Amino acid sequence: MSETANGGARTQILNGIRHSLRRGALQGAARQAAEQRLATPPRGPAVARAQLPQPEKVALFCQWAEANNATVARVTAAEVPAEVAAYLTRNNLPATAVMAPAAQLDGYDWSGQKMLALRRGRAEGTDQVSITGAFAGIAETGTLVMASGPDHPVSLNLLPDTHIVVLREGDIVGGYEDVWERLRARYGKNGMPRTVNTITGPSRTGDIEQAMELGAHGPRRMHILVVRD
Amino acid sequence: MQSTAHDFKENVGTALSDPNLQDSLAKLKVGFSERRRQAAERLPEFEVLRDRARDIKNHALANLDFYLEEFERKVTALGGHVHWAPTAADARRIIGDLCKSAGARTVAKSKSMVAEEIALNEHLEQLGIAPIETDLGEYIIQLRHEPPSHIIAPAVHLTKDQVADTFHEHHAPLGFTRRLTERNDLVAEARYVLRQKFLEADVGLTGANFLVAETGSSMLVTNEGNADLSNTLPKMHIVLASIEKVIPTLEDAAVLLRVLARSATGQESSAYTTLNTGPKRSGDLDGPSQYHVVLLDNGRSAVLGTEMQDMLRCIRCGACMNHCPVYGAIGGHAYGWVYPGPIGAVLTPQLIGMEEAGDLPNASTFCGRCESVCPVRIPLPGLMRHWREREFERHLTPRPVRQGLALWSFLVRRPKLYRRVTQLANRLLAMFGRAEGRYHTLPLAGGWTRFRDFPAPPAGGTFHAQWARHGGARIRP
Amino acid sequence: MVTDVSASTSHHSAPPRRVALFVTCLVDLFRPAVGFAAVKLLEEAGCTVEVPPLQVCCGQPAYNSGDRVSARAIAAQVIAAFEGFEAVVVPSGSCGGMLAHHYPSLFDDDPAMKAKAENLAGRSHELMSFLVDVLGVDKVSASYRGIATYHDSCSGLRELGIKAQPRQLLESVEGLRISEMKTPEVCCGFGGTFCVKYPEISNAMVSEKTADIVSTGADTLLAGDLGCLMNMAGKLQREGSRIQVRHVAEVLADMGDIAPIGEPEGKR
Repeated sequence: MSETANGGARTQILNGIRHSLRRGALQGAARQAAEQRLATPPRGPAVARAQLPQPEKVALFCQWAEANNATVARVTAAEVPAEVAAYLTRNNLPATAVMAPAAQLDGYDWSGQKMLALRRGRAEGTDQVSITGAFAGIAETGTLVMASGPDHPVSLNLLPDTHIVVLREGDIVGGYEDVWERLRARYGKNGMPRTVNTITGPSRTGDIEQAMELGAHGPRRMHILVVRD
Repeated sequence: MQSTAHDFKENVGTALSDPNLQDSLAKLKVGFSERRRQAAERLPEFEVLRDRARDIKNHALANLDFYLEEFERKVTALGGHVHWAPTAADARRIIGDLCKSAGARTVAKSKSMVAEEIALNEHLEQLGIAPIETDLGEYIIQLRHEPPSHIIAPAVHLTKDQVADTFHEHHAPLGFTRRLTERNDLVAEARYVLRQKFLEADVGLTGANFLVAETGSSMLVTNEGNADLSNTLPKMHIVLASIEKVIPTLEDAAVLLRVLARSATGQESSAYTTLNTGPKRSGDLDGPSQYHVVLLDNGRSAVLGTEMQDMLRCIRCGACMNHCPVYGAIGGHAYGWVYPGPIGAVLTPQLIGMEEAGDLPNASTFCGRCESVCPVRIPLPGLMRHWREREFERHLTPRPVRQGLALWSFLVRRPKLYRRVTQLANRLLAMFGRAEGRYHTLPLAGGWTRFRDFPAPPAGGTFHAQWARHGGARIRP
Repeated sequence: MVTDVSASTSHHSAPPRRVALFVTCLVDLFRPAVGFAAVKLLEEAGCTVEVPPLQVCCGQPAYNSGDRVSARAIAAQVIAAFEGFEAVVVPSGSCGGMLAHHYPSLFDDDPAMKAKAENLAGRSHELMSFLVDVLGVDKVSASYRGIATYHDSCSGLRELGIKAQPRQLLESVEGLRISEMKTPEVCCGFGGTFCVKYPEISNAMVSEKTADIVSTGADTLLAGDLGCLMNMAGKLQREGSRIQVRHVAEVLADMGDIAPIGEPEGKR
């Protein structure tokens, strides 16, 4: 398809919209208002349960994550490797995992877990367990936010049966809007990462008789380690 | 897909006599509405969020050209491509060409109602490319060669046993020879079969719940994670979205997300809400190397600025059909095309014509339950009534209905004549119905008396006759 | 409770009101008792009731069939018939909703008529709502032996917010107990011309409704709209049920001894 054909189609659609709206291209005050909205996006009505002091946000996050079929362990940084190993043992899972090549995760002392075999990289179809960090946690719904990048391949969030997530308490925010602000601060206004996954509990489906079943395509099990600051 | 909307009445007969469908609908009627009610009650801000959601979509529609251009600019800046498709045929051609350019043999598809609207699968198959539906419900109905019966639960018309039979038939050649009986086993088997297909697919095709102009992101909401595998594993990701999906900012998305899942399934949040912005970046270890967005118009721009514009606010949550007693009686297939239920009754005549889909906006009692739950407050009964008005203006209303209306209207506009005629009718009905108090059959009322008795009025005349007789005094009849 | 005080104050201190009754075409033709019950309830609440003679139908059959021209002509006729009354009271949620919500939209291109339609809309009330919300009536003097279930007719419920008012008044009926349906707010399948245009769908809907009604164990079905009542009565009777079907106004006006809808007179 040639660019001019696409250009023709583009003009056709845009002109169709303008014709229906009985105006030409947006200009004047209306255009300024729309530009302003993009530059400084107004927030919607505040959701009271997302406006809490930090300790209560953390508690709310844990409560909703568990309500959404994730499991949560609150640990110190030093306890992260042992909790990962213990979780795998508790659930009769292999002591082998693929881990995101992230400085945060490498910062934990894994040397004490002699039985745990860690590979760093993206997930393959055969990986059973993945370990990743998280860009943020949303207290309002117990949602994890994953920003893709060299230190966080998206496939880790999706392919393995079991996803272990290490989330720092300080990264737990109230609502989506707080995540957007952090994204803009971290990546700039024009630099969204390729993918931002917000994930609330394990994969699930209600497509057979509306009964909820876990593990449709993504992980069946999600274990969240909430790390004290 | 081929419409059977013109056979609506026959479709209704089929649906009402299908015991599996009726079993499934009995579950749907209770489940979805009760879960939505509880979810709405858990969030005190739900009603103000609905107001804001409506306002956001109205603002986006009033500035649609501007936000589409902004969206395109952002996508392009990050290495993606935007394609404009005025018609369904244009969208099919663009997607077919993209798949061919990628040398695609299989396309992993995440559920997309717009793809159903443009009959994409049939087109890809003609090109020798196999579309693989990966949403569990879509996968089930693809195996059965059926259209979806619900916009968020495409296989909601089927029972577990029917799914078990379907998998038994289609998975046996893959080595799964045991007929399963448990839901979790069925889900696990589909997961295994589809996982292989994901790993082989050359192109991932998804729809979009929202397009965010501010960032150039497509936003996709699922529970299964199939859309995320579709946009991560194959080397090309194509997003197919209609133009009214664009919204200004991420903050606007937050508002819409809060009402979407709660309205749809009664969840606080769906499992996966994903923003995709362009192809994989340097240093990324996975993700597609090509990212394309196809923007489909297909008649939507012509709806702007008309009395029907409100239909473009729809965020495809399915709450209207979950709460519709007509949908609850007949299911989605009877509507005969892609979009069933109240929103289908409004969209379908727009997309395929009133001549084809004239029954849909008529088959409503205007009970208003759809409007009362719509997260973006679309006045669905009002829009259905507008279709009836257009039908009447174009003389498409069936002749007996027109003639009956004309006679009735003639009388109503002449109160004195009306009184004489109705007093006579009242007396005759009262007299002949005296013994039983009701009729089992009645001339010209076969539609009524086929299924129910018709109550006879008591003796004594019409209210107005009695009132006049007693000089307007209060009486006991 | 504060609301009770203010309600009863307005009830007792308000001067007699001159209200017009919009009888509705179905009540006129098939169930005159509903009209007389409405008159009785209004008079007992201190109103003077008039029945303007030039009223017929609110025009819904035309409006909902897409015949806007006829609907407008009929609306204009109703607007003229009810000019000058302080309040227009309708013993039906759907006809009340037509006057109170839809008439103004029929005259978007005629400011003078639109103003008149809005004026009528502001004066129009469904009977239950008028008694409870406007007049502050909180009880009636009536008795009825039995268990009743109450169906929330769609337009009354969703256009006018009629839900608590009839239940509140029914609570004061001596000897009456209410047993709620599982889904009292789901449409009965009447829908005006819908029930004869799509009889099979309507039948499926009303069958589900009657199953819900029967499962309450009630011996009486009440509602505020005669169309819905005729539909449900006809279905219950076709199914051989002995459940008595009545308009809520009849029971509240202590007229529960007349023959139920679809039953012969003089035989109970």
